[in-house]
Amino acid sequence: MSGQTELELAGQVVELVRRLGGPAAQAEAVVTRADLALTRFANSGIHQNVSESTVGVRLRVHVDGRTAAGGGSVVTADGLSALVERTLTAARLCPPDPGWPGLTPPMPTPDAPPVDEATAHAEPDQRADRVGAFVAAAGGLSTAGYCRTAHRSSAFANSAGHSAYGRSVEAAMDGIARRDGADGVARRSADRLSDLDGAELGAQAAAKAQAAADPVELPPGHYEVVFEPAAVADLLQNLSFYGFNGKRYAERQSFAEPGAAQFDRAVTVVDDPLGGSGLPFDAEGTGRRALTLVEAGTTRAVAHDRRTSAEAGAESTGHAVAGGATWGPMPRNLRLTGAVAGPASAVGRSTTGAAGGAVVDADTAALVAGVRRGLLVTDLWYTRVLDPKSLVVTGLTRNGVWLIEDGTVVRAVRDLRFTESYPRALGPGAVLGLGARAVRQPERVDGAWWAAPSLRLASWHFTGGASG
Amino acid sequence: MTEFDAAAAAVQAALDAGARYADARVMHRRYESMTARNGDVEELTQDESIGLGVRALVGASWGFHAVPDLSDAAARDAGRRATRTAMASARVPGPPVDLVPVQAVTASWASGCQIDPLGVPLSDKGDLLVDATRTMAEHGADLAEGLYQIWDTAKWFVSSEGHRIDQRIRECGGGISATSIGDGETQRRSWPSYRGQYGTTGWELVESLDLAAHAAQIAEESRALLTAPPCPAGETDLILGGEQLALQIHESVGHAIELDRILGWEAAFAGTSWLDLAQLGSLRYGSELMNITIDPTIPGALGSFGFDDEGSPAVKRDAVRDGRWVGVLAGRDSAAMASLDYGGSVRADGWARLPMVRMTNVGLEPGPHTLDEIIAATDDGVLMDLNRSWSIDDKRLNFQFGCEVGWEIKKGRRGRMLRNPTYTGIGPLFWRSMDMLSSETVSWGTPNCGKGQPGQVGHTGHPAAPARFRNVRVGVSA
Repeated sequence: MSGQTELELAGQVVELVRRLGGPAAQAEAVVTRADLALTRFANSGIHQNVSESTVGVRLRVHVDGRTAAGGGSVVTADGLSALVERTLTAARLCPPDPGWPGLTPPMPTPDAPPVDEATAHAEPDQRADRVGAFVAAAGGLSTAGYCRTAHRSSAFANSAGHSAYGRSVEAAMDGIARRDGADGVARRSADRLSDLDGAELGAQAAAKAQAAADPVELPPGHYEVVFEPAAVADLLQNLSFYGFNGKRYAERQSFAEPGAAQFDRAVTVVDDPLGGSGLPFDAEGTGRRALTLVEAGTTRAVAHDRRTSAEAGAESTGHAVAGGATWGPMPRNLRLTGAVAGPASAVGRSTTGAAGGAVVDADTAALVAGVRRGLLVTDLWYTRVLDPKSLVVTGLTRNGVWLIEDGTVVRAVRDLRFTESYPRALGPGAVLGLGARAVRQPERVDGAWWAAPSLRLASWHFTGGASG
Repeated sequence: MTEFDAAAAAVQAALDAGARYADARVMHRRYESMTARNGDVEELTQDESIGLGVRALVGASWGFHAVPDLSDAAARDAGRRATRTAMASARVPGPPVDLVPVQAVTASWASGCQIDPLGVPLSDKGDLLVDATRTMAEHGADLAEGLYQIWDTAKWFVSSEGHRIDQRIRECGGGISATSIGDGETQRRSWPSYRGQYGTTGWELVESLDLAAHAAQIAEESRALLTAPPCPAGETDLILGGEQLALQIHESVGHAIELDRILGWEAAFAGTSWLDLAQLGSLRYGSELMNITIDPTIPGALGSFGFDDEGSPAVKRDAVRDGRWVGVLAGRDSAAMASLDYGGSVRADGWARLPMVRMTNVGLEPGPHTLDEIIAATDDGVLMDLNRSWSIDDKRLNFQFGCEVGWEIKKGRRGRMLRNPTYTGIGPLFWRSMDMLSSETVSWGTPNCGKGQPGQVGHTGHPAAPARFRNVRVGVSA
């Protein structure tokens, strides 16, 4: 393994392209070292415990008007030469690329939040101990989930003379407690492993599982809902991937219409990549910064990389990803801004009886208190898009649903299937309340997260019950 | 130092550090993909990755570590770290772990390949996609997309029980899609399926798809769908084409019979299963036409191999026989925990991922009918084909699928096209309603099966043919 830094390696790759491809060859390289670890538990014991120490090189070249990309894990001199040679060869055999947007010119790289070294170098014992605390706090209920840590050190260089370097860390924990087939969940993403309290999360999951016992089946139909942050995260993810994606927007496959009041005035959505620990540049070296996508209900922007921004006559917003020519630029750090924080309500005030653990925070309690008849939904699962333009999505509830009557959670409900247009459900007049405190939810890979408070919606279309 | 040497060094280091069992996989994977849009190449990517992953068992606890470095020092360090991680697992121990016996063998295996897909000139591959997407655009598609993908994977497996197995698996495939965009919605038609058909074959598979010959038709159908009547809502007889039935098998049978799900190992993420091991051998899963096999020996199917990623040889097994549930997808440790005597369905998505229970080729044995016979025997129903959306609950019971296209079936004849066809149901009730099954089987390949944390992408095969299901709820909409 080379002892070179990521920046040295990236520069070496760019220099190899110049040497082998000629002075006119354009190149951009990203070199990333990563230490990723995930401790997974099920049936209240750790059953899978993995870690990896990897290095990867991504290269994109543009030569003679043609473009190709390549990647590799071998960073020896021979390995890098082979990567450069095959990528140049591929580019020369490709048809012309008239949409090539050019390389990112030299520009300052934004300051990123400092990296927590303890998280970057966390040991398996530390993750296991948090799992142990989660299991213990569940009070004998069966538990399952994970605790993970991730550390990336990444450098960018291109043949236009631009370079950048940054690091990121993330810690996340996601677990369920189970009682007679009813599950409760607790999920967090943080910049520091020390911010994750396994006992707190385990107790929360257990309380919700206890409250989810003995569910009844409700008929499908339109219900008013209170979504907890885990469920709201799914809304943000789908809005991002299918709506605020500059490529889909250019293709007219997105619902987004910048300048139009497409959402309720309570909705403000900001992509905030440096609001947590994150790399300060994208795959094209463009600096990442906060981007307001929706402001008080009005769509303001979609995400761009250099290619989609050139098509749109705009500037890159720093959302380029590897493979972006196919999938498009997507914001992955969305924050749904909550209401102004007021005094906290008493947690659980709006619940009663066996469902008493269903509500775990003051925000949700306040929203539930305003519902005459509706459902409290913890989490959404297996959501898939029926039509990308209208963003009609089907999926199911998971990890706890409860019936609300007259501001009180009265009983657990079996999971329901829904089919709903996400923009329509969040449209003008549709948002009846928003909590004050956003809770950061992890995505399946580190570096992406969705921060949202609880959310009260006027109507959600449930199209099937647990029995079909 | 050979790949076997590196794997052996990692295994030995894990044992020296205290493991009672260890195995290691070295994998070298080359990947190439190209996408085209509206007559232009959109993206060409070529990746090459090589590294080693080692798994160690200490007491009842597993640990795993992976590195992209095959030097002796790096391999030994990876083995030690895997053992150290396993020891950390013991701080929150699970039940005792055993491994069902597997004969330790020295063996080599390679998938069949007539035309090396990486050896086909890029210009030829580009021309194929450019021509097909240009034709679709000329015939009315707003968005004409084409894609191929190639994986060429060499792997070397060593275990502390004495396995030394090397395999080379070449996989490829491709497809085209036409999207027409109307007021407030889009309509898509694909050939032969969205993002393509795949197999453990050479480029001959892509040539056999004849993408160009289907480009004009799917473009015109996508445009026509914008003004087609919507699929009516209600209960009716449903005929599914083979491609959609393949995904139905994948989601409502394949995942449900994964033993790790049944044992609760995936409870927090992928989910569990409605199946209870106490009913293995007796539970009625579907009608008597339902015969599902787990068969990684099918030549050319995407889920085929010589040995799985813990050294178990490829063996064909029954999962459902005459409608009765009789088998599972298992690994050596999950099988031992369930008191079964077979594994054979464990795979890892590359060297940096832990081997886990995965589908191989899970498919329906052919039935006695043809699609034409099924249509002719249907008085009132809907034919749906080519998947557009899929969703199923965490127990693999409650599903809803959307297809690209539907056709009205009236008095035994295929009628007008229907847009936005969807259907929903409960797995075992749905399978029990299957009363006609075609013999026109195709081994459909699914190269995007997600599972595990960290995430892994599995490549699975699903032999399937058109079939009819009675009294199914269709036409669900927002």
